[in-house]
This record gives sequence, structure tokens and C-alpha cells, in this order.
Amino acid sequence: MTSTDQTFTADPEDGTTFALTPGQIFRRRIFGHTGFLIGAGLILAIVLIAIFAPLLAPHDPYAQSLSARMLPPVWSDGGNPDYLLGTDQNGRDYLSRLIYGTRVSITIGLGAATVGLLIGVTLGVMAGYFGGWIDHAISFLLTAQLALPGLLLAMALVFIIGPSIWVVIGIVGVLHWTYYLVVTRAATQRIRSQDFVAAASASGASPRQIIWHEIMPNLLSSIIVIFTFELGIAILAESSLSFLGVGIQPPTPSWGLMIAEGKQAMFYRPWLVVLPGICLFLLVIGANLMGDGLRDITSPEGRNE
Amino acid sequence: MLRYIALRGLLALLVAFTVSLAAFLLLNVAADPAQAIAGEDATPDVIEAIRARYGLDRPLSVRYFDWLGGVLTGDFGESYYWHKPVAELVTDRADETITLALSALAVTIVIAIPLGAMAALNPNSWIDRFALGVAVSAQAVPNFWLGLIMIILFGVMVPIFPVSGDDSWKHFVLPAFVLGASSVPAVMRLTRTGLIEVMGADYVRTARSKGFRGWPLLRRHAMRNALLPVISVLAVQLGQKFGGSVITESIFAINGLGRLALESILGADIPTVQMLIFVFAIVFVVMNLIADILNAALDPRIRIG
Repeated sequence: MTSTDQTFTADPEDGTTFALTPGQIFRRRIFGHTGFLIGAGLILAIVLIAIFAPLLAPHDPYAQSLSARMLPPVWSDGGNPDYLLGTDQNGRDYLSRLIYGTRVSITIGLGAATVGLLIGVTLGVMAGYFGGWIDHAISFLLTAQLALPGLLLAMALVFIIGPSIWVVIGIVGVLHWTYYLVVTRAATQRIRSQDFVAAASASGASPRQIIWHEIMPNLLSSIIVIFTFELGIAILAESSLSFLGVGIQPPTPSWGLMIAEGKQAMFYRPWLVVLPGICLFLLVIGANLMGDGLRDITSPEGRNE
Repeated sequence: MLRYIALRGLLALLVAFTVSLAAFLLLNVAADPAQAIAGEDATPDVIEAIRARYGLDRPLSVRYFDWLGGVLTGDFGESYYWHKPVAELVTDRADETITLALSALAVTIVIAIPLGAMAALNPNSWIDRFALGVAVSAQAVPNFWLGLIMIILFGVMVPIFPVSGDDSWKHFVLPAFVLGASSVPAVMRLTRTGLIEVMGADYVRTARSKGFRGWPLLRRHAMRNALLPVISVLAVQLGQKFGGSVITESIFAINGLGRLALESILGADIPTVQMLIFVFAIVFVVMNLIADILNAALDPRIRIG
């Protein structure tokens, strides 16, 4: 708990106290939360890199050059200033491939986290709102989903259906909705027993109206928090699939796939494995820190744990 | 207590049945297994022949009950790829995966519980911050990448442990560390929150006032209650270790079920994939059941309420 959480502040001019507006409290919490600032900064930077990849990349990420294969990064012996982070086994510029790799990770992360959101929130709100046998059925579905080995199933499905970016998004999303369900179900149950829902119901609102106008707005902040965490989880899932050969296929620059391609030569050219891993780490830790931060900022107590 | 166990057992059985149905449907309806076996360039004639050869031309319901009937008698069909009974393949390779999963769990316990306990006993100290840092980083590190970094470190720079194979206990040190590390954040956080909560409870204060301090206080009073939720999570994590073995075993060349899973997926060996998904799910369900029963045995409130 820091001083930025004070709701009242003394005005030094005339000595009176006045309340902070919710907006001011919110801004103070955001700028007082180091973890959130680091996470959001990382994510913002990586999203900008993904958007402006063609302007930032010094080379075409697909252009092969037989004369420039396996160059080390510029700071090692034999480095070439044309290729700042060296080249891979096909002579493609590693920096450019890492830059374009942000597009694959961000697209799949956003896509899969959205698919999971649609499934999980729908089921969670239904279970929480209607209760009874619907709740029992959905809770059973949750138990069954948790029992399924997600990675194995994802691998098998991507392989059978045929790997493409859309298949990976769909499958990773379909296998990652439980967290949304658990949280929105509990929150809906809590909101449903509040007076304003009873009032809306008494004034003749249909369940659909109550769900969209009374419940959903109150779920928004928790959904955003989970979305941020799921972004990181989906990105890790894609990289694992691509690493195992049942995700993004060559020559697309996916960080997981790049690690798999670099694995053959990793004892002599460790940067081929180390660099994409660091990129993945930064992106996922950015998402996690941002999620932790958003949870602290949006929770009523504004706690730091 | 018996009634509780019976109810839980019934639920577990129902989940196992649902999971087997889900795995079957996903693998057989989401895409055409015959197409996956034949490969992309196969002609319709070849696909038709494969369908007839493996009985894939029969109606779905017939195939499912045929498979389920087999499962109940221990017959999981014959592998398309190795041309051996699937059950034999799996039992031959289960030892390695069980060893790996258990040693990974041991690694998790040895790292996560002391770290979480030290963090809880000294909230907001450097050790608390360090523990939080470990948790946040371990969550963001791709598991397969951590494995490769270990191989680069121990294979070349500090060759103490072998980095490939499964001949001796030494071969399991690095894989167990990599697989175990992935559960550290969840278990560590839970230990920490549980202990902080318990340390503030009245009965712990009473024990303190009677002169209990340090380790005896922890062991005789605090730990027992704080670790209740940790036991459930450990059981769930052990169940997940089997699914997680896919990545670890393929990186460290351990000839267990995880590697079998990857090989059978890449070989379009549907019966083997199906059995492995089923077996991993059953392990998870059984672990959950054990956790529920353990919790009920340790905490009377659960079995009565």
C-alpha cells in the first residue's frame, strides 16, 4: 500500500481536503505500479515492432544468401555489420526474422486468447446466471477439459487438420478457456445477487438484457486481466507446437520454429537458440506483468499482491 | 467418508468416460484420419483403401464402442506405425515417464515449498521479492527453451550430467529439473499465500503466546493447514507432468511415453495417440481423486460439508 492510494489529499493552498475523482485514483495507481509499467512498456514496444516490421527489418526475412550462412552476431569474431544478429543456416538475416517473428506471436496470441474468451465467458456467464443443471453441466465440462492433456491434443489436432496459422489459433483457443470460465462464473454469481440486477429484473428486463447491460459491464475488468494472461499462455503454446514441428511451418519466422531450426547447430552457434528464446521470454513476461498489474489496478482494494 | 469417496469416484469415472469420448471425437471428426495417414498427396483410391484397411469406413458410433469395448478388456488396438499392440508399446515405455514425472515433482517440492515458506515468513523482505521474481520468470520461460539452454550449459560448458538418454539416474537430473521448474510458480505462490493466511490465524497466535517459535511452530501448527491446498495442486501438477513429458522427453531423448506421443503423432498413428491421450487423462483424473480423498481425510470440513 503506497501513498498514491490515498483517496483524500490535502490542498496546500487553502488547507481543505477534497476527494480524488475515480479517474485520478486510476491514473495514480497505474503510474505507481512499476510491474505494470514494465509489462505494458514491453508489450507496447513489441506490438509497435510487429506493426512496423517492414520499416524496421534491415533485410527480407525470407531472402536466403548462400555466401552469408551461419554468420555470428556482430559482436563475435567473424561478425558482419550488415547482419547485426548474424544469419541462420540458410543465410537469412536473424534480426529481420526475429522482428517478423513478433507478428506471428502477437497474431496467434491475440487470436487464440479471443477464441478462448468467447468460449469461456459464454459458458461462465451462463453457468453463473442460470445456475441449476446448466451450472452442473458446465462445471462437469470444465472438469473434463482440465483432465485432457492439452499440448498432446493440440499437437495431434494440428497434425491431423493440417498446420496453418488459423488452425493453430483455433486449436490453442479451443483448449484455453477454463480460466475465463472459472472467473466469470464466480463473478456472475456474485453480481446476480446484487440489488441492481433484482431491480432490472423487476422492471421487466429479459435475461439477455440483464446479461448484456447489467452483468457484462461488471465483468469487463476481470476479462481484460485474464485476456492478458492468456495472451502469454497462448504465445507459449504456439511456440511449443512450432518447436515440435506441429505448428507454424517453415519458412515463416516463428520464434519456436527458429529455436527448432537452430537446435541442430546449438553447440557451435548457441545464439540461434538463445535469441528467439529471449524474445519469447520478454513478450510473455511482459504479458504476465501487465496482467498482474491490471489485476492490482482494477481490484477495488488496489492491493499489491 | 466412504460416501464421499464413492461420490468422488463416480464423478471421476464419468469424467474418464467423457474424456475418452471427447478424445475420440476430436481425433476422428475434426479431420479425416485416413487423409492424415495417407499424407497430403494421396489419391482418393489410396485413401479409400486405407479407410477399408483400418475399419475407418464404419459408422462413428460403431468405431467408438468398438474402441471402448477394447479399452475395458485392455485391448487398445494395434499401432498403425509400429504394427504392435498399442497397450504393449505403452506399458514398455511407461517406466521412464513415471520416473521422470515423480522426480520432476520432487524437484518442484524441494524448490517451491521452502521458497514459498521463507517468503511467507518474511513478507516484503528480499527473499520474498526474490521468490516472486523466480515465480514470474519461471512462468515466462518456454519449457523447451530452458531444456536446450541446460543442454548447452551442461553438454559443453559444465559436463557433470549427461544431456541425452535414460540409462542411469544421472540422465534424469536435467530433465526432472526442467519439467519440475514449470510447476514451481503455482506451488510456490500457493504455499506463500496459504502460510501467510495461517500465520495470522488465532490458533497460531495462541501457539506463539505459549512459546512456540520457528520450525516447531511451523511443523506442529502452521504447515499442516497451509499445505492442504498445496497437496491438491501437487496432485494436479503430477498429472500434468505426464502431458508435459512430451517436450522434455523429446529434448533429452528419453524413450518414454512423451516421446512415443510425438513419434506417433508425426507417424499419424491414431490408435497410439488415442490411447496416450486417454492414459494421460486417466492419470490426471486419478491424481485428482487421490487429492480429493487426501484432503477429505486431513480436513473433516470437506467430507461433512
